[in-house]
Amino acid sequence: MTDKKLMKGNIAVCHGAIAANCDAFFGYPITPQNEIPEKMSELMPQHGRVFLQAESEVAAINMVYGAAAAGKRAMTSSSSPGISLKMEGLSYIAACELPCVVVNVQRGGPGLGNTLPGQADYFQAVKGGGHGDYRLLTIAPWSVQECYEFMPLAFDLADRYRNPVMVLMDAIVGQMIEPVELHANFEIHEYPKPWATNGARGRARNIINSLWIDSAVMEDLNNRLQAKYEQARRHEVRLWEYRTGDAELILVAYGSTARICRTVVDMAREEGMPVGLLRLISLFPFPEREINALAKQGARFLAVEMSAGQMVEDVRLAVNGLTDVGFYGRTGGSVPTPAEILDRVRETLHKPPVMSTQARREVS
Amino acid sequence: MNEMHHEIIIAGMGGQGVMVIGQLLAHAAVLEDKNVVWFPAYGPETRGGTADCTVIISTNEIGSPVSSAPDTLIALNQLLLDKFAPTVKREGLILVNTSLASPPKDRPDCKIVEVPANDIAKEVGNPKAANMVMLGAYVELAKPVTLDSIKASMTDVLPERYHHLIPVNCLALERGAQLVS
Repeated sequence: MTDKKLMKGNIAVCHGAIAANCDAFFGYPITPQNEIPEKMSELMPQHGRVFLQAESEVAAINMVYGAAAAGKRAMTSSSSPGISLKMEGLSYIAACELPCVVVNVQRGGPGLGNTLPGQADYFQAVKGGGHGDYRLLTIAPWSVQECYEFMPLAFDLADRYRNPVMVLMDAIVGQMIEPVELHANFEIHEYPKPWATNGARGRARNIINSLWIDSAVMEDLNNRLQAKYEQARRHEVRLWEYRTGDAELILVAYGSTARICRTVVDMAREEGMPVGLLRLISLFPFPEREINALAKQGARFLAVEMSAGQMVEDVRLAVNGLTDVGFYGRTGGSVPTPAEILDRVRETLHKPPVMSTQARREVS
Repeated sequence: MNEMHHEIIIAGMGGQGVMVIGQLLAHAAVLEDKNVVWFPAYGPETRGGTADCTVIISTNEIGSPVSSAPDTLIALNQLLLDKFAPTVKREGLILVNTSLASPPKDRPDCKIVEVPANDIAKEVGNPKAANMVMLGAYVELAKPVTLDSIKASMTDVLPERYHHLIPVNCLALERGAQLVS
């Protein structure tokens, strides 16, 4: 037997946060992410760190704001409606150039929705979400192992860019159980934080603020943010290509949907269809150049999401009219099966549709 | 190890122990160094709502945690049997808890195994162990893992407050296995 442990993605997030030297967790319960605050309430005190269940999501994100301003590694987690409540706070945190990590275990929406999987918070995650011109660096794990490994990555990105980082999951990634190796093999960098409001004795006071009446000052801040996002676009694009080399049709997906699409690629290849997968790991920055290069080689694309079509817009912007970009999505907590995506692949490649299990049975 | 790949859906009402037998399968698979994914779906209720979980056990790396057509359905009640029986792969395996459900008539291609799980569980002395009877029957039939690995997984999977039930659970497992062997 290996030294692998079985656990939920949500639990692996907690172990990842501990490995990343997260100083403080502030949260408020909501399914399907409740295992995160539950486990953190046990792990954080064990490691001499702060766990606090806030009175609301709004309170939790503002506690993160305060802890981050004091130079501490702080995080919160929630699920779709709870994340919406945090958006004002996130805009302030981004404007103050503070590092923090936010985990969103997406559920079916909109509104209160349900506790089943969804990916309809894509726009909110990658376009800013709150008011003003800011972005969240967004990464999307697709396995329990990555739920563990992406937390140190998230905290590192947050500190390096002095920007909030979103770890975008869904109810499948958060709730599924897989073997995971808690290897603790991370290089955790200590970033100097001379800007932190951690006591001004012996030095000039630091001010963390997002209220700048003077438009010139506010525009300077905006320019600084945009320059930072440009750096991220250059250095932080992360993706994984699977059998794209000779692919005529490339599926584009992230998170659990990318896992499902990986199986679709194997099924399609078995039927002789040249299909590949572009799995997005970073959603912001978005792999525009990489997708554009594949489009120039003539590949067509099929974006697959648990939404009515959000990421597909970014794929179309990257392709910029060079080739066709199709879309297949399920919403409201429904999860696409490999077979139904394969049917869409066949349709796109003008192959006769596969008879469903039901149809096959009726024929026999 | 010979190549193998099993996709199982376990379904019933909340409180019937659907999730726990899925987790026992997953844990046993790890003990045997196989790849496994367990993925649940349930409503907000603790009891009374519907619950199902997908377990995929494979010697290969597992892509999709979602199954298009499971090779096996373990159905603990009528409602969920009716819901999932049409999704089972052609010539698949359907285990029916006949204490609470009647076998499907529209899947002549499938191997249907009738397990009066609640009755057997009552006989062994724990009416709540019907899930274990179903699991025992499935493991004996499909052999995705050994019964010994399932038993060895009990202490890790069950919360400590239920550890006193492990002997009767093991008995229920064995009775399920005997029924189909």
